[in-house]
Amino acid sequence: MSTLEIKDLHVSVDTEDGAKEILKGVTLTIKDGETHAIMGPNGSGKSTLAYSIAGHPKYTITSGTVTIDGEDVLEMSVDERAKAGLFLAMQYPVEVPGVSVANFLRTAKTALDGEAPKLRTWVKDVNGALEQMNLDPAFSQRSVNEGFSGGEKKRHEIAQMDLLDPKVALLDEIDSGLDIDALKVVSEGINRFKERDGKGVLLITHYTRILRYVKPDFVHVFVNGKIAEEGGPELADQLEAEGYDKYVKAAV
Amino acid sequence: MVRPVETTYDESNFQVTVTENLSSALELDKVESHLHPEGSFDLADHAVPTGREEIWRFTPLKRLRGLHADAPLGGSFFSADLTVPEGVEAAVVDSADAGRGVSGLVPWDRIAARTWDAAARTLTVRIPKELVADQPVYVDVKGTATSADDEATASHVVITAEPFSQATVVLRFTGSMTLADNVEIVVGDGAQLTVVSIDDWADDAVHVGHRHVRVGRDASFKHVDVTFGGSVVRHDTTAEYAGAGGSVDMLGLYFADAGQHIEHRLFVDHTAPNTKSNVVYKGALQGEGARTVWIGNVLIRKVAEGIETYEENRNLVLTDGCQADSVPNLEIETGEIAGAGHASATGRFDDNQLFYLRSRGVSEKEARRLVVHGFFNDLIRHINVPELEESLFATVEAELAKNVLAEA
Ligand SMILES: Nc1ncnc2c1ncn2[C@@H]1O[C@H](COP(=O)(O)OP(=O)(O)OP(=O)(O)O)[C@@H](O)[C@H]1O
Ligand SMILES: [Mg+2]
Repeated sequence: MSTLEIKDLHVSVDTEDGAKEILKGVTLTIKDGETHAIMGPNGSGKSTLAYSIAGHPKYTITSGTVTIDGEDVLEMSVDERAKAGLFLAMQYPVEVPGVSVANFLRTAKTALDGEAPKLRTWVKDVNGALEQMNLDPAFSQRSVNEGFSGGEKKRHEIAQMDLLDPKVALLDEIDSGLDIDALKVVSEGINRFKERDGKGVLLITHYTRILRYVKPDFVHVFVNGKIAEEGGPELADQLEAEGYDKYVKAAV
Repeated sequence: MVRPVETTYDESNFQVTVTENLSSALELDKVESHLHPEGSFDLADHAVPTGREEIWRFTPLKRLRGLHADAPLGGSFFSADLTVPEGVEAAVVDSADAGRGVSGLVPWDRIAARTWDAAARTLTVRIPKELVADQPVYVDVKGTATSADDEATASHVVITAEPFSQATVVLRFTGSMTLADNVEIVVGDGAQLTVVSIDDWADDAVHVGHRHVRVGRDASFKHVDVTFGGSVVRHDTTAEYAGAGGSVDMLGLYFADAGQHIEHRLFVDHTAPNTKSNVVYKGALQGEGARTVWIGNVLIRKVAEGIETYEENRNLVLTDGCQADSVPNLEIETGEIAGAGHASATGRFDDNQLFYLRSRGVSEKEARRLVVHGFFNDLIRHINVPELEESLFATVEAELAKNVLAEA
């Protein structure tokens, strides 16, 4: 069981000229086993939605609620949200010099489980997860994301999702910067995750390309800090043909 | 005449001055550079500093217990232990018989000159020709002063790695005392020498050290300067090259707590062609009044064609109330260099790094700990003295426990 419920979420960021509202009332529920795609033009607030749910300090929630299985997410610290089952794959994963992937993953797993993973199976699990993402096991000895190519960073995010096994995964433009082979590898990783029991996925993307490999149950068109239209997978095909123009115009 | 033709840029603190020597053939050795102070053995040439001088302006003179002025230097509130591997020779001898000056050291400030005069005995460490020492040489100095009034100590050390030898020398400072020392290091042709200096003093020690290194033809020298303890620690380190092809690594790691002043002044004088220098210092600061200063001077002389130099200083400010000064200077007198780079940055924890780690479930405390360990990690690995790695990580951990990990 896992339900992520977002109700009338308003979010602003601090700018030199004061607070600027980015999210203007977002309502969205992701239930057990559902995959939702959010599509929208640049600057519409997609990343803001993902970061706000995960608790990035840059964003201020001005009103609305976010709950996971009924628990108030907005009251939780960033790491508590992860422990509650949230995972954010970032559009631009952060480099952490001097901290090895192996150390990072072990520390995260230990924090999530409340105990250190069994050494022997864990090393195997890590190597397996990397391999499935076409990442050499040598990656576990490299510093987190440092010197990784754009595509390697994205595959590393999916390997983490696989290992840390959240309830709900927020994937922010996981498809950007991937060539077609990497896109397939990443999509397979997401599909394997979806097949596990009761997992929710929020797939944020700019293009319909990835939706050919990862089938969404729902598609939301995101424009100017709001959901402008909702539908099934067919909505993605329509966006592919027509673009965002009509929604952008309507939003002005 | 050296005439500045161009001052290229001033990026944050970084100064690059490119000068062109119009009559170089006649004046190969004469350099009019503010990076190259004239030394002198005559104390009269070194006036008592006021604190306004360029080389003293960062230093809290009042806390030097008179080292910079006229405080007597005859104290011996310390014990020294030597651990010497097979084949290496170490002895404490009369300074007159110690061959002082072999590294080319000419005291370049008043404290160095006073130390030279006052140090009656000299520790000499000699790594004979072609000897490959399989264990480090340890020089453990333990201060035994019980009060700030206990008389200061002046000491002199001469470390000689003869041609084609390989060795590591570790100088460790603990306890409490007021110490002014001159350390001379000579790296013979083709030799490989690492000198590690660890200032792990008690909180009330004062240490002003001068190190002068002469690096031979095709020799490699690595200097590792680790500073954790002490009230005021000021290290002034100069390296120059006796022949072509020499290489110098200077690595530094420091951790300043509340009220501590840690100052590193480095000068790499590229006096020979095809030489290399790589300077990387990293520091963390925590607590009210924690203060660090890093001055990285590099001079590339007219003769020093084909050299490569890189210098970097990074400071991680962990709490409010700290100050880190970082001043790299590069002065280039020849256009024929293979490479010159620099980086200098002082900053707080990166919110995005902490957020990334925490979004994976890692607590804030643990995330900070990971970032700080990561910050020092590469540097500690580059020291390449396995015997020391673990204890350095442990000391970093202990420092963190004072502050970053102390809060809930
Ligand atoms: N500090 C800030 N000051 C002003 N505007 C900001 C600030 N941070 C974000 N914004 C604005 O918020 C809006 C939403 O940004 P967000 O990154 O959420 O968009 P996005 O939909 O993810 O875009 P993309 O498709 O390019 O990733 C943008 O218009 C952005 O310029
Ligand atoms: Mg975005």
